[in-house]
Amino acid sequence: MRRRRMRRIEPAAVFGVMSRDATIFTRYWKTTTFSSVVDPTIYLLAFGFGFGALVSSVNGLSYKEYIGTGIVATAVLFSSVFPAMFGTFIKYRFQRTYDAFLAAPVDVDEIATSEILWIGLRAGVYGNAPLLVAIAFGLSPRWTAIFVPIVCFVTGAAFAGFGLTVAAIARSIDNFSYVQSGLLTPLFLVAGTFFPIDGLPNAIQVVAQFNPLYHCVQLVRDLVVMGIDPWADLGHLAFLTVFGLITWRLAIWRLRVRLID
Amino acid sequence: MSETSAISLRGVVKRFGRVTAVNGLDLEVPSGICLGLLGPNGAGKSTTMRMLTAQAHPDEGTIDVLGYRLPEASKLARAEMGVVPQLDNLDVELSCRQILTVFARLYRVPKADRHAAVERALAIANLVDRSDTRVDLLSGGMRRRLLIARGLVHRPRLVLLDEPTVGLDPQVRQELWSLIDNLRSEGTTVLMSTHYIEEAERLADTVAVMSRGQIVTQGRPSALVREHAGAQVHEVYGSPSALAELRERAEREGWVTRRSGPALAILHAERHDGALPDGERRAANLEDAFVTLTGEEIE
Repeated sequence: MRRRRMRRIEPAAVFGVMSRDATIFTRYWKTTTFSSVVDPTIYLLAFGFGFGALVSSVNGLSYKEYIGTGIVATAVLFSSVFPAMFGTFIKYRFQRTYDAFLAAPVDVDEIATSEILWIGLRAGVYGNAPLLVAIAFGLSPRWTAIFVPIVCFVTGAAFAGFGLTVAAIARSIDNFSYVQSGLLTPLFLVAGTFFPIDGLPNAIQVVAQFNPLYHCVQLVRDLVVMGIDPWADLGHLAFLTVFGLITWRLAIWRLRVRLID
Repeated sequence: MSETSAISLRGVVKRFGRVTAVNGLDLEVPSGICLGLLGPNGAGKSTTMRMLTAQAHPDEGTIDVLGYRLPEASKLARAEMGVVPQLDNLDVELSCRQILTVFARLYRVPKADRHAAVERALAIANLVDRSDTRVDLLSGGMRRRLLIARGLVHRPRLVLLDEPTVGLDPQVRQELWSLIDNLRSEGTTVLMSTHYIEEAERLADTVAVMSRGQIVTQGRPSALVREHAGAQVHEVYGSPSALAELRERAEREGWVTRRSGPALAILHAERHDGALPDGERRAANLEDAFVTLTGEEIE
């Protein structure tokens, strides 16, 4: 019996799987870029100019500043959780892509890690689109805004892990509706994106503290317009990181149950 | 385990709920041969193949592949083997060259050698002209060749082929057979599952007959035919009632028979010269042996 061992998560396998995603991305980056820029532009126009005409300022910010920073989190959520849910489900159920990887020296841990990193990276790039659009509409950011991509990456990777877990548990693609309507819609609305959560009933405010998107919104807003509040922002980052580590392990666990008999 | 075995399965059992797919499987695949795992659909061949890549873990028994114990050390084994699955799992949005490049990375082909490895695999699969064509624009035969090329891009010592030609037309099947034959003559160990008798007969040095999750018998195709069907088969045609009568007589006389299309085939016919009714003589084949062994019809 040979004694040589392979490390559990090898960079070669992780980058190999990511190279597949990156190669496929060369085919559809244009459509992704288009929707990533057009969506926030519409939100900004509709809410910023439409709704913003009714509201002079929110928490000391102009409504345009408020929403321009808030919808970064929305963009991150949509560019991470949906690709993770649908992409993963299609890959293991219909295309059997993961079966092909598993026949090569690649383990479930590496597949899940690659998908999460890749989607996190994409969210780290496309999450900034709303901010750039807001800047084009006159928002002037603080220098600390250069850290926003990191927040987008961490949040995107964490929601990718969540999406992978959902995809691995789901029996069919319409099961996603439960998650989408029952969980993602409230998460996205009650995150301080469009309105502050301190106006909500106490119980909902407490629950909102456990919404990862809320922490993403606060961080981005502090980095871009409010100014850093070190302890609070470290807390937000810590929350997102822990959420990410948990969803990463959950995704590996559920995907293993799904792929290995 | 013996040093010359590429694959060794001992007492392997795999259950799915109440169904026992593999039921005490013992199988040795010596290095450098092509072993055909022959069995009807549902015999447990695909489950066995999945266990060899640790995509399924056995409930009982031990599995060694290329000297590595599975499932713990399966990743090391997978690095040195190539797998060609029964179901096409190619990325349809990628081109042939892109797929092979991704898998060359996954198989840890060093960066400096990757380009050459991909070109070599394209040449083996005769896809050089199609290297930049997207998979969804390839014909069924080309896709199957690409699947094989994908499993060979890292020059594996062992290749697993799960039903390599299922669902393909005869011409494409011939093409793939010569591809597999070349592998064997280069000294690569091949384990091929199939439910086509002719495929096993043409390609395999050794055939292991699998039925209901176990190996029923194993040997050279010619030896299996000789042992289980004899040298000649005597086929008798007639009305159903005449054949039923003949079957009864065969039972009394102790002749081994099997249904063969519209005829009743009497095996080991050379032993019963003179005693048999009018019929047609032909050489015994692997199908005769297979049906006798498993009681199951096969293509």
